[in-house]
Amino acid sequence: MLLIKLFFAFIQVGLFSVGGGYAAIPLIQEQIVNLHRLMTMEEFSDLITVAEMTPGPISINSATFVGMRIAGIPGVLLCTIGCIIPSFCICLILAHFYYKYRTVSGVQIVLGAMRPAVVALIASAGASILMLGLFQAELADVALRDLRLVELGIFVIALFLLRKYKMNAITIILGSGVAGTLVYALTGRI
Amino acid sequence: MKKDYSKLWTLFKSMFILSACTFGGGFVIVSLMKKKYVEELKWLEEDEMLDVTAITQSAPGPLPVNASVIIGYRISGVIGSLTAIAGTILPPMVIISVISLFYDQFRTNPYIATALQVMRAGVAAVIFDVVINLAINVLKTKRALYIVMMVCAFTATYLLDVSAMLVILTCLGIGLADLAVTLGKKKGMAS
Repeated sequence: MLLIKLFFAFIQVGLFSVGGGYAAIPLIQEQIVNLHRLMTMEEFSDLITVAEMTPGPISINSATFVGMRIAGIPGVLLCTIGCIIPSFCICLILAHFYYKYRTVSGVQIVLGAMRPAVVALIASAGASILMLGLFQAELADVALRDLRLVELGIFVIALFLLRKYKMNAITIILGSGVAGTLVYALTGRI
Repeated sequence: MKKDYSKLWTLFKSMFILSACTFGGGFVIVSLMKKKYVEELKWLEEDEMLDVTAITQSAPGPLPVNASVIIGYRISGVIGSLTAIAGTILPPMVIISVISLFYDQFRTNPYIATALQVMRAGVAAVIFDVVINLAINVLKTKRALYIVMMVCAFTATYLLDVSAMLVILTCLGIGLADLAVTLGKKKGMAS
């Protein structure tokens, strides 16, 4: 019974979280903490911390986390599947129509206007992450004295390697983690 | 659409690796997907990747999952979608399942905290690299409307905290208006 409840709770999370990861957090809180009382608020905030520290979408991470703590592996599978069923159905329909009509010239004109916006959205996400990386702060709270030189160096070197040598992105991400941690560890700042 | 099942393993493997290494939200994985599927494997066109991003952002659910559904469908139909989803959700499922058993130690480990902090600089570099290429292509269209829209959309999302969803919908509206103007011109020329 609990498993079925979990399953439907996460279908709702998947269905109503429009607009990215952070939109899902209040929905998960509503379903799991307030409505079904499957977790305490404290456990839930731990979950957010862990979800931010690990790769993967926040709703999948929380589906797994909640599922594991409440019902083990079957819980993980059921919660995660529940969470992605709405995405799967809706995006499959959208994909079908997109590929059917995307060469129509009228559709091209409409899509053409959305592309510059997507570039801007990606740029904005990049700028936010850069500020967090360099200052550990959002734009509004940035102060030059908080500039972290190690991160600045990593950013410049990484961008150079990507532009000049077309280095693999995954290598860059993992490499910057290893290199930066080594610098901090060797200078005794951890 | 031609269905090609020979690409399924590459599709699964690449989604798995991208998902396992994506720290920091949906647009990070979009940048990585663009590098992988547009630049490296040449499975998708650049415009197509941007369209897919706009669609995934407007649909409910996690962005990486939505993008996998559409890219998988493009490569091998519904089987491709399922394959891509499996690749995308397996890494977080495994990682979180393991971590949920001892998350106190994980959360308080200073080395992990430092690695995650410095990794942001690397992630930002990857996104900037992708954005530079994309922005150059928008400039190359030489359409003032598109260039102004790009600048305004960036200002709105980054400086004014307007939601991504609202920006996409506004541009959809501008696109429809653009379409109406174009059709109007054509009609004018015909008569």
